[in-house]
Amino acid sequence: MTTREISPRAAAPLPAHLVDATADESSLRRFLRGLPGVDPVGIEQRAAGLATRSIKRESKLAAIDLAISMVDLTTLEGADTPGKVRNLARKAMLPDPDYPETPHTAAICVYPDMVPTAVAELKGSGVKVASVATAFPAGRSSLDVKLADTKIAVDGGTDEIDMVIDRGAFLAGRYGTVFEQIVAIKQSCGDARLKVILETGELATYDNVRRASWLGLLAGADFIKTSTGKISPAATLPVVHVMLQAVKDWKAETGTQRAVKPAGGIRTAKDAIRYLVAVHEVAGPEWLDPYYFRFGASSVLNDLIMQRRAQLDGHYSGADYVTVD
Amino acid sequence: MKWEYSAAPESSAIADIKDRYMPFIDGAFKEGSGEDRDTINPGTGNRLSTVSTVDAADIDRAVKAARRAYENVWSEMPGAERGKYLFRIARLIAERSRELAVVETLDNGKPIKETRDFDVPATAQYFFYHAGWADKLQHLGLGPAPRPLGVAGQVIPWNFPLLMAAWKIAPALAAGNTVVIKPAETTPLSILVLAEIIADADLPPGVVNIVAGAGDVGSALVNHPGIDKVAFTGSTAVGRRIQRELAGTGRKITLELGGKGANIVFEDAAQDQAVEGIINGIFFNQGQVCCAGSRLLVQESIAEEFIERLKQRIETLRVGDPMDKNTDVGAINSEAQLGRITALMKAGIAEGADLWSSSCPLPKNGFYLSPSIFTNATPSMRIAREEIFGPVLTTMTFRTPDEAVTKANNSPYGLSAGVWTEKGSRAMGMASALRAGVIWDNTFNRFDPAASFGGYKESGFGREGGPAGLAAYLDTDDEAVMP
Amino acid sequence: MSHLTVAKTYKLFVGGAFPRSESGRTYQARDSKGNFMANAALASRKDLRDAVVAARKGYSAWSKATAYNRGQVIYRIAEMLEGRRTEFLELIKTSSGTTSKAATAEVDAAIDRLVHYAGWTDKLAAVLGSSNPVSSPYFSYSAPEPTGVVGILAPPGAPLLGLVSVIAPVITGGNACVVIAAEHDPCVAITFAEVVATSDVPPGVINILTGRSSELAPHLAAHADVNALDLTGADAGLHKRLEQAAAETVKRVYAPKGVPDFAAVPGMGRLRAFLEIKTVWHPTGALSLSGGNAY
Repeated sequence: MTTREISPRAAAPLPAHLVDATADESSLRRFLRGLPGVDPVGIEQRAAGLATRSIKRESKLAAIDLAISMVDLTTLEGADTPGKVRNLARKAMLPDPDYPETPHTAAICVYPDMVPTAVAELKGSGVKVASVATAFPAGRSSLDVKLADTKIAVDGGTDEIDMVIDRGAFLAGRYGTVFEQIVAIKQSCGDARLKVILETGELATYDNVRRASWLGLLAGADFIKTSTGKISPAATLPVVHVMLQAVKDWKAETGTQRAVKPAGGIRTAKDAIRYLVAVHEVAGPEWLDPYYFRFGASSVLNDLIMQRRAQLDGHYSGADYVTVD
Repeated sequence: MKWEYSAAPESSAIADIKDRYMPFIDGAFKEGSGEDRDTINPGTGNRLSTVSTVDAADIDRAVKAARRAYENVWSEMPGAERGKYLFRIARLIAERSRELAVVETLDNGKPIKETRDFDVPATAQYFFYHAGWADKLQHLGLGPAPRPLGVAGQVIPWNFPLLMAAWKIAPALAAGNTVVIKPAETTPLSILVLAEIIADADLPPGVVNIVAGAGDVGSALVNHPGIDKVAFTGSTAVGRRIQRELAGTGRKITLELGGKGANIVFEDAAQDQAVEGIINGIFFNQGQVCCAGSRLLVQESIAEEFIERLKQRIETLRVGDPMDKNTDVGAINSEAQLGRITALMKAGIAEGADLWSSSCPLPKNGFYLSPSIFTNATPSMRIAREEIFGPVLTTMTFRTPDEAVTKANNSPYGLSAGVWTEKGSRAMGMASALRAGVIWDNTFNRFDPAASFGGYKESGFGREGGPAGLAAYLDTDDEAVMP
Repeated sequence: MSHLTVAKTYKLFVGGAFPRSESGRTYQARDSKGNFMANAALASRKDLRDAVVAARKGYSAWSKATAYNRGQVIYRIAEMLEGRRTEFLELIKTSSGTTSKAATAEVDAAIDRLVHYAGWTDKLAAVLGSSNPVSSPYFSYSAPEPTGVVGILAPPGAPLLGLVSVIAPVITGGNACVVIAAEHDPCVAITFAEVVATSDVPPGVINILTGRSSELAPHLAAHADVNALDLTGADAGLHKRLEQAAAETVKRVYAPKGVPDFAAVPGMGRLRAFLEIKTVWHPTGALSLSGGNAY
């Protein structure tokens, strides 16, 4: 493993034991394998228990508004055009034209070549531009290609980069390779915040999710993100529990607060609120902010808007009342 | 952002609490000749309803009704038919489940989340499971046609009123016995709603009789000469007394008594889930559980960090109105019980243990207690040896697995134990070495009618659930005797 | 010159050894004709205390042995008894005054009884245990375990068969026992102890005290380190008192109705009475993230 320069962004010094953990491949392996295990039945029960929280009235409206403000409205299709991206950007800025006080979303998320279109459309709105990169979604290419992919987005003016980790390397036990790639991409981000996609569905065990979370945090991730949304299972409540616990423990050990983003599989306002309950009770209220928690989703926004209207109007809304794009 | 959950109360209207409830004897609700007793809603401290209690003559009537039903109807009935009655009851319970959950929460003080998601579904499942045994008793290894014992006198506690009623009634009936059962004096309502269900199921009169009253009624019932079998769940002190009173009578007894369960956390445990398990072990049902994990034995090498995590997690527990769907910890069942718990807590402080309590605000009215932990406790302290029966955890450390086993087993009780380790061979080894009737590996407070439950040593004898539980209601004296 | 017999001193059997009573007391065992047979040890409450200590130790070793091993040991007791059948025939005829035929039947039955129980040790878990099909993601099983130390009052009449019939089921399950022998048959009981002592039975698993049941039984019933009682040999008068004493420590009490017919094939009642059912739960899963409850 080559020595790396400390990026100016990762300025806060890590405690000694965490620095030691990243000294070389075998130290990293020992650290990651030494993390406490996750009992899958136990964690799924806790997640199920929290999912029965009943959020009503004022707290529900507050939750809906918060959730809307946390959405990274996403389009990642081969068929994306500038027109599609512009429509998405408009929707992100003004999700419900009949209720203009509805908060705007946190960001829109697009492929690197669509970044300039997004930036132009969202100028001055407060909605950020996030771009996937690093041979998204599979991540199966050389580091050079991944860096070049990232550069397209950064040069285009993106605020955030959503990279994918090398799952093949992770499952083959080459944690150092995964670590180095994240560090390299982080360095090329400039001022853009880095989201590290773990693709938890391919990691396949909660123990791996915990290890990959810590690996991402050690390498300088601003966000740890569950999924590309391109395979199933994507984000689930128990997986996000593990990740929320990781950022909570990270803060306890380093004093630095990092962020979490579930992506994929969040379809309804009810789903979104369940995630907010998990954030509230597992990590803590300090994470209830778009800076520290995002939803990678598209269809959930319309359900959030309809639920918001139902709270305000006193009756259920319908699909004809919210825009498709 | 500060995000408060708004109150999310379940509506109590569905419970349709009556002003007065009556005992159920020989298939009918009739006034008892004892004093009326009020029952309180522990969540508010206010009167909930009034129950007519029984006197000795009523108990006599009930036992006679049970005897008649046994001789003339129930013991003659083919098992398959008995089973069908029990299936009916199971289904009716499921149909009225929301109502039963609300009644139970109002009368007992436990959160609606628990009655809705655990107590009531488990009650229905208990009847369903035992219904299927009624015509299969010949497969229990007790002979081709095992005989029931006759009339069972049963006394149940206040901590799981409806579920304990199921644990007593279902196996007794499946095995062919009839019952006279007494609920606890502070929680008489849910079983009397169950009585309506039993009547709706058209169960022959006298098969199940429910007599309400206090300790004296329970004593009169278990000592009644017309009872063939006694089943008691409650404190060890009362259990001992019952066993003593029944000495020499030849009456079969099963006792399910107290406990001081050890929840053992090894350094290699899945820490976050172990925290959940400890929390569940001592705060589920406000710690008012015989098999509560009321002693935490944590390996010294991780003790400090683990207890810190525990405290942080306890701070997120919501204590309050049991009818609020977001309440995690409800009310203590009675003022008297609250007094007993706080007295033992004072003793713990006096003996030198350190008390930490959650900072959660408590409602002004009703009987509430903040979830608490004692650290720096030693095995000789009262809080380490005596059952507190409340949301108070006593914490001690150990160095090696052997020491954990010795400390865990060092108790006159032996009902339950929890083991938290990722190492399979250690989990299995601990399960073998721990002297307790129920061992939970990497989990806690799991119950199922198919999995027998009961204690070693002074936690009682006999089992409930599974084939072993059925055997308690059948004649297992297969010894030939001299003519 | 005819051989002058060397009379045997009958002592107690505790912890695998034959100590005298710490009280130094003895009592006279007489045969069916009233003739002097032996001075048997008259056990005291301190002997009983020592026997319980020995039993607790014996239980520790015995309960850790495999079921197969326990079966082999119980079978060995049968082997040793078979080897000494003539001696027991004579002893029973003398002490009980029965016919050769009756004594033979008793000794045969006792040996067969031991063989029967030897075959039970590794089957109890299959018959009394279960895999529990719980409706949640756990592997759950229930299995029988020995209750610990059992105090036994051996029945009068049928001095060998009765004794074997109350001891064998208790040790089959992995328990240790402290036996108060039938007061009038100490010689048969202690001779049986000699058989046990030569059968690879770990010390303390079986302890036999001779003496006054009415004196010893109450201490046995009250002893907090005794887990269960078999009151087969208790007089009707003593019965209630013993059950009351047992209640103080919530002992499991086995009290047969009527006088058992030991000639009949035994059921499982005496096995079940001294076994605890332990239920264990263990989570199952950890195979993937899409199993279990999907969110």
